[in-house]
Amino acid sequence: MAQTTSLSKKQIQIIERLSNAMAISGDEGEVRKIILDETSPYTSSHKIDSLGNLLIEIKGKGRNRVKVMLAAHMDEVGFMISTDEGDGIYRFETSGGIDLRQLPGKAVMVGKDHFPGVIGARPIHLTSAKERKETIPLSSLRIDLGPGMKSIKPGDGATFGTRFQQIGQSMMGKALDDRLGVGILIDLIKDPPPNIDLQFAFTVQEETGLRGARVAAFSFDPDLAFVIDSTPANDLPTWDGEENHNYNCRLGEGPAIYRADGASFSDPRLVRLTEETAIKEKIPYQFRQPGGGGTDAGSIHTQRSGIPSISISIPGRYAHTAAGLARISDYLNTLKLLKATLKSIPANILEQERK
Amino acid sequence: MNDIFPFLKNLTSASGLSGYETHVAEIIKEKWFPLVDEIQVSQVGSLHGVKRGKSDKPQLSILIATHMDAIGLMVTNIDDGFLSFTSIGGVDPRVLPGQPVYVHASGKKSKDHKPLPGRVVQPSNFLLPPEMTSAVVPIERLIIDTGLTSKQVIELVQVGDLVSFAQEPLALSGETIAAHSLDNRAAVAALTICLEELQTMIHRWDVWAVATVQEEIGLVGAYTSTFQIRPSLAIVVDTTWAKGPGSDDWNTFPMGQGPTFLFGPNIHPKLHGTFKDLAEKLEIPFKIEITGRHSGTDAFATQVVAEGIPTMAICIPIRYMHTPVEVATIKDIQRTGRLLAQFISQLDDDYMKSIELE
Amino acid sequence: MKELIRTLTETFSPSGYEHAIRSTIRGMIEPFADEIKEDAMGNLIARKGERTKNGKRVMLAGHMDEIGLMASHIDEKGFIRFTGIGGINLQTLFGGRVKFINGVQGMIGGEPITDISHSLVINQLFIDVGADNEKDCPIKVGDVAAFERPFVDLGKRVMAKAMDDRVGCAVMVEALKRFKKSPHEIFFVFTTQEEVGLRGAGTSAFGIDPEIGISLDVTRTGDTPKAKKMAVTLGDGPAIKIKDGGMLADIRIVNWMIRVAEKNKIPFQREILEGGTTDAKAIQVSRSGVPAGCISIPCRYVHSPSEMVDIDDVENSTRLLSSLMEDPIEL
Repeated sequence: MAQTTSLSKKQIQIIERLSNAMAISGDEGEVRKIILDETSPYTSSHKIDSLGNLLIEIKGKGRNRVKVMLAAHMDEVGFMISTDEGDGIYRFETSGGIDLRQLPGKAVMVGKDHFPGVIGARPIHLTSAKERKETIPLSSLRIDLGPGMKSIKPGDGATFGTRFQQIGQSMMGKALDDRLGVGILIDLIKDPPPNIDLQFAFTVQEETGLRGARVAAFSFDPDLAFVIDSTPANDLPTWDGEENHNYNCRLGEGPAIYRADGASFSDPRLVRLTEETAIKEKIPYQFRQPGGGGTDAGSIHTQRSGIPSISISIPGRYAHTAAGLARISDYLNTLKLLKATLKSIPANILEQERK
Repeated sequence: MNDIFPFLKNLTSASGLSGYETHVAEIIKEKWFPLVDEIQVSQVGSLHGVKRGKSDKPQLSILIATHMDAIGLMVTNIDDGFLSFTSIGGVDPRVLPGQPVYVHASGKKSKDHKPLPGRVVQPSNFLLPPEMTSAVVPIERLIIDTGLTSKQVIELVQVGDLVSFAQEPLALSGETIAAHSLDNRAAVAALTICLEELQTMIHRWDVWAVATVQEEIGLVGAYTSTFQIRPSLAIVVDTTWAKGPGSDDWNTFPMGQGPTFLFGPNIHPKLHGTFKDLAEKLEIPFKIEITGRHSGTDAFATQVVAEGIPTMAICIPIRYMHTPVEVATIKDIQRTGRLLAQFISQLDDDYMKSIELE
Repeated sequence: MKELIRTLTETFSPSGYEHAIRSTIRGMIEPFADEIKEDAMGNLIARKGERTKNGKRVMLAGHMDEIGLMASHIDEKGFIRFTGIGGINLQTLFGGRVKFINGVQGMIGGEPITDISHSLVINQLFIDVGADNEKDCPIKVGDVAAFERPFVDLGKRVMAKAMDDRVGCAVMVEALKRFKKSPHEIFFVFTTQEEVGLRGAGTSAFGIDPEIGISLDVTRTGDTPKAKKMAVTLGDGPAIKIKDGGMLADIRIVNWMIRVAEKNKIPFQREILEGGTTDAKAIQVSRSGVPAGCISIPCRYVHSPSEMVDIDDVENSTRLLSSLMEDPIEL
C-alpha cells in the first residue's frame, strides 16, 4: 500500500463539525453554512438554488477547458416530526431509507437547537416472547423530548444523536454518508486542479430520490460529472463461515470505483481514466461490486442530452445507522485519486468512443 | 349552494380519464375563456390559460397546476359480449362490484352512439377459481355487462375503449358534494374561483392556470407544462385524505376546516411560510400536512424541472378518495380559491429575493 | 430480413455496453443515412429526410441494449457471482448458457434452491466458466455477459435471445433502407440503456426535440397455454400500443396509425400491456411534451433466452412504419 499522509487536525475538525450537524432531506441549511464558512475565503461567489443546492464554480486556466461537475450530498437519513401528542411525546416519520430495527432505544437530537431526545421501547418485562420476535413498527415508535417541551412542532427534523469520534485510524460518527464526500469537495475547493473548470454541487435530497443533483446538473450543464459518496462496506464474516461474496467493498482498500449501480452505469472512459491514474500514481483502489444502490450520478447522467458520469465512494460500514465507521486512509486516498484523475483529464476525452 | 356547484357538477359528470382528457378539457376551456387573456393546449393535451399581470419587469410568473385527469378503467378483452378490463390509475377493486359505468365505445358502428351504460359484475363463486370464494375478486376476474348481445358488443366496442364511472354527482347535506373525480376536479373548481376573483383584483405577476394531464400516470402534464412555461413559482392544488370512516390516522384531516398546506422536502419552506402567514392574516382555516418524501401530487414534478422551481402544494380534504363517491365541502373549495387569489395579488417584484434560502 | 435479425440478435451488448451492436448497426445504415452521429450516452442517431412546410420532426426509437449479467465476485474456486442488468427473469437462468463480451463462455449453476420465488435467489446462483480458482479465471469483477443462444429459423417463426429489441432495430434498419420519400425529417435513434430505465431515449429526445415520437419494441402475447388474458396473438400483425404499464399512448397517434394501417391493408392488433413499458414513455415526457406511441412486434417468452416472433409480423411492422413515414401526418 502507498504511504498516505495523515489527515490534518483542521481536516478532522471539519469532518467532525459536518458529522455532528443535522441536515435531513429538504432541511440542509446547517451543513450549507459550515461549507460556506470553510470555503468562502477560497471562492469569489456562490449560488443557492430554489431547492437549497449550494453551487460553487471555480474556473481553470488554459484553453479548451473541460467543464467538470463534482457532487456530494449534504443530506443524511433521519426523521421528521409528524404529530405532537403532548407531554413531550412526538410521532415521527423516517426521512430516507432507515431499517426500523435500528431505531429502538436510541438517542436523537431534534430541531434547529438540537434538543436531545430518545426513541424508547416497551420494557422487556412487559413484553411476551412472541412480541420480541417482531420488529417494532414505525407506528408504535415515538420520540420523547421530556414533558414541557414546547418549541418542537410537526415538520421539524431529527437525527441520531451520535457525536463524532476519531478512534485510532478510524472515524466513527453519524452521517458519514455523505459528510465524508462533502469534506473531500471542501478540500478540493481549497486546492483545485487548474486544468479544468470546476462546478461544485453540494446537493440536497439525495436520500429521498437524487432530487437536488437533477436540477444542479441541468443548471451547470457540465461536460462530465464526478460524484463522491460513501458506499457500504459489508465486509463482515458470514453467518456460516463461507466466503463473503456480497461485501460490496472493503474498508481500508481505498476509494471504491463504481462500474454500475442501481441508478447508473459509470461512463467506461472515466472508469478507465480513474483506474489508470490510480495505478500510475500507486494509489490503492478497489471496484465496488456492481448492482444495487444509487448515487447522485443516477439523476445527473440523464440530464439534458446526457452527461458522462462516474461515482467514486469512500467505504463506510453501518451506513444509515446511528454510527458509521470509515478509515482515514480511505478518505485520504479518495482525495488523492480524485485530484490526480481530475488533473489528467484529456481535453478530448469525449471524442473517444464510449466503450 | 354556491354558484361553483353547477360547474363542479358539470366537471364531475364528464369523463376525462388519464390520457383521454379532451371532454373535461373542453368544459374547463369554455369556463376559463372569459377569465384569461389567452388559452393554449400543450403538446400532450394540458390546458394553459394565462392572465397577464401589470408588472413591466422581465416577467415574473406563477404557475398554478391542477390535474384534470381522473382514474377509470379500460377494456382489455371481449369474450361473448362480456368485457374484461384493467385500471387507469389506482383503483381499489373492492369498490367495483355493482358499479354503474359508461363504456365509451369506439367501434365502427358506434359513431352516433352515446356512451354505453354498463355494470361491473362480480361473477358467482363457482365461475371463479376456488381460492376466490368469499374473498376479494381481483380486477382481472371482474367483468362489465352492457346488457347488449354478443354481436352488438363486437360491432360497438373495441379493446382499448375507456370506461368511466357513471355515478351522478349528489348534493349531500351540509353543502357537500359526492361525486367521482373530485380528485382532482375539486381543485380545478378552486382554481376557477381564483380566476374569477382575480377579475376584480390587480396583480403584478403573470398567472398561468394549468389543467395538467396524466397526473395519475406519472405526472406527465406537470413535468412538460412546467418545462414549457418555466414559471418563477409553482403552486399545485390537489386533494388529500379527509377524516371519516376507515380514515382516522395522523395523516388525515377534518373536512370543512379548510385546505391543508403541505410541508416537507418536496415543498419550498419559505413559500410555505408565506401561505401560512397569509391564511392566518385572512382568518382562513388550514391544517399543516407533513409529507416525508413524495407529496403524491404534481408538486413532485414541478419542483425538479430544469433548474428547479420553488414549489408549494395545497390540498382539499376529500373522503373516500379514488372511489366513485368522493365527498368534499364546497366551503373548502371556495376557501382555497380565495386564498390563491389573495396570494397572487400580494406578490410584488421583490418576492423571489425574499424567499432565497441561506 | 431473417439474416438481418440473425446478425443483430447474435451480437452481445447488454445495457451500458452497447459498442458491439452500435458498430454493427452503424455499418449497416451508414450508406443510407443523410447524417449520422453518436451522443454522450452512446445512442446511435441517423437523420433521414428534410422537413417540408407541413412535415414534422419525427423521432423513432428502437433500443440496442439487451438484458444481461455482470460479474460481481470471483470466489476462491473460480465460480463467478453476478448481478442482473435489466429485468432478469430468475426462472430462466438456471442451466442457461452465457457469453461474456470478451468471448468467454460459461453456464449458470446454482446452490440447492428451496424457494425459486425468494428475492435473494440471485445470490444462490453462479456462473461456471470451467476455471479451477480465482487466479485462472479469465473473468474479473465488472465483466459483462448476455445469454448465449443461436438464432433459429423455424419457418414462419424465428427465435433467438435479444429479440427484445433487436427485432425492433431490424424493422428500423429495413425501413431506412426502403425509404423512398417523406415530407418529414426523421431521426432513426438506436437507443442505449432502455432495459435499465429508458435512459438513452430520454437524453436523445432532449437533444432532438421531436414533434412526434414512436418507439419500435416487442410486446407480449396472450396466446400460450394459461397465459394472462391479452388481445395480442403471434401472427395477427403488428400491435398498435394503446396502453402499457408505464404510459398511455397519445390517442391521436393511435388513431393515425390505425388509419394508415387500414388504408394500406396492413393487419394490426390493439395492444394493452400490463407491466412493462418502452422508450416512448421517456420521449413523451421530455421537454414540453411529445405526442408519442409505439408499434409493437408480438413476441412470446419475452426476457427469456429464446424469444419468438412471427416473420410476417416483422414484415408488416416494417410496412406499417414505412407507410407512416410517407403519410403527411394530420393528427
